[in-house]
Amino acid sequence: MITVERLTRRYGDFLAVDDVSFTCQPGRVTGFLGPNGAGKTTTMRVVVGLTPATSGRATIGGHAYRDIPNPGRHVGVLLDASAQHAGRTGREVLTLGARTMGLPDRRVDEMLDLVSLTPVESRRRVRHYSLGMRQRLGIAHALIGDPSVLILDEPANGLDPAGIRWMRGLLQGFAEQGGTVLLSSHLLHEVEIIADDMILIGHGRIVAHGDKESLLASAGSAACLVSSSDNEWLAEALTRAGLAVTPQWGALRVAAEPVEVGRVALAAAVALTELRPADGGFEDLFLELTSDTQRDPAATGVAS
Amino acid sequence: MSATTQPPTLGHSLDVTSTSPLPLGRLVRVELRKTHDTRAGLWLLIAMAALTAVVMAIQLAVVVVNDISVDYAAFMTSTSFSIALLLPVLGILLLTSEWGQRTAMITFSLEPRRWRVIVAKLLVGGILATLAVVVALLLGAGANLLYGALEGVPATWGLSLAEVLGFLLIQVIGMLTGFALAALLLNSAAAIVVYMVYSFVLPPLFQLGSFLIGWFGDLRPWIDFNSAQTPLVDASMTGQDWAHLAVSGVVWLWLPLAIGLWRVLRAEVK
Repeated sequence: MITVERLTRRYGDFLAVDDVSFTCQPGRVTGFLGPNGAGKTTTMRVVVGLTPATSGRATIGGHAYRDIPNPGRHVGVLLDASAQHAGRTGREVLTLGARTMGLPDRRVDEMLDLVSLTPVESRRRVRHYSLGMRQRLGIAHALIGDPSVLILDEPANGLDPAGIRWMRGLLQGFAEQGGTVLLSSHLLHEVEIIADDMILIGHGRIVAHGDKESLLASAGSAACLVSSSDNEWLAEALTRAGLAVTPQWGALRVAAEPVEVGRVALAAAVALTELRPADGGFEDLFLELTSDTQRDPAATGVAS
Repeated sequence: MSATTQPPTLGHSLDVTSTSPLPLGRLVRVELRKTHDTRAGLWLLIAMAALTAVVMAIQLAVVVVNDISVDYAAFMTSTSFSIALLLPVLGILLLTSEWGQRTAMITFSLEPRRWRVIVAKLLVGGILATLAVVVALLLGAGANLLYGALEGVPATWGLSLAEVLGFLLIQVIGMLTGFALAALLLNSAAAIVVYMVYSFVLPPLFQLGSFLIGWFGDLRPWIDFNSAQTPLVDASMTGQDWAHLAVSGVVWLWLPLAIGLWRVLRAEVK
């Protein structure tokens, strides 16, 4: 389990991390979500002791990171997949890790296999790797010591959709065996796919923290997507009923529960072709929670 | 949160009692491997050996053509143009390559007690300096044998153990100086440039200073680290020579090394 207590990191006048506290539970994947420059990376670097904290503390399973003997055997760390010697082969990178941790060389092949890097690819130098391949190599390096805690900064960055799905399977399997996972991302949909719990951070402060479902429920902004045989007529009827309507990709986005939309459609005698809860609710939540901490003002509806 | 649903063995605390810390010997082996597991690193080592051989070959050609009488020790002094030049660069790269390629993040997350990594790297520098001396001794012996054969005279050996140790000490000091500058600057190019200033710009300045200013001539032995190492070459170190070496080393080696290491141990690793 990872515990961060009242952590602050200051660079001159700039507060990169401002009084941040949270915990990551074993058996769960915790997503650390926030726009670029929100303080995710700095927080993770403090947790693994690469950046000293200005105040506050971080522990892993009750220990400060620097007090863990042979930490690679307990905590798998991937902070920057590109921070590898460009002249080493992928296999050599893993071999150095295995040798440092005192592991047999067969672990290297097992890990290459796990992250689907072929023997030919493993003998190429890292400078010829795509970002996706570097991420796979970084994941392999983090897992090679068979740790019970994983700390991954932007691990899905550079992965294709199939790769993200693969990572979800890998990390959820890891969590199911009792492992603790903290991963960061600036992309909502990545965290939405992979994580069980979420920590939202903006401008160095935590703005929301909880499991995905309860965060969604607390958002309270029910919305659904509807399309019908006559969208224009339906939009008019919905507006007359006092509901906010926004056209979106050939359908209508309505700020209401599906049952209300159904009632209006019934009264207006419009045949519905589709009616479902909008899955963008989470994105609204993300933008809303970080809007006053975002670099760009949150975009409001497509056309309002 | 839902601790009751978790298997009892996978609790919230980390059991580290059965994990032993990284042995220093293992760190040394890994650091040694890092010096030659890239093309650049491997070729630097090969280039050192090759350059030593080339310089000796040139020396051999010159002395044979000009009919100059030389001995084993003379061949060894020619290494001031090869390994004495490149060992400090090696010392620099031992450290700066971790910064330039940003692998320090990985190295220090696998061993957060950074001073142990530094000690391992220094030991690797010592091992490579010793290896370089062994290679130079072998190549020098080859050159000396060839000289004897080409000139038709018996080769003159007579290299004392004190001379060999003095020679080794010079190489280790060079490597350490490079390492100190690397720790201070954390940048390969800057550290190499400053080292070149150390070894090529400062000595003539010291010489000029002591020629022009009377009192500077008296002070010079205590502050000129380069000339303080000269008696090591022919093993003629006196008590006062050792004192000169120790005192001048404070400014040019120990102080930069201390400040540099203090920086590396505390620096935020990016």
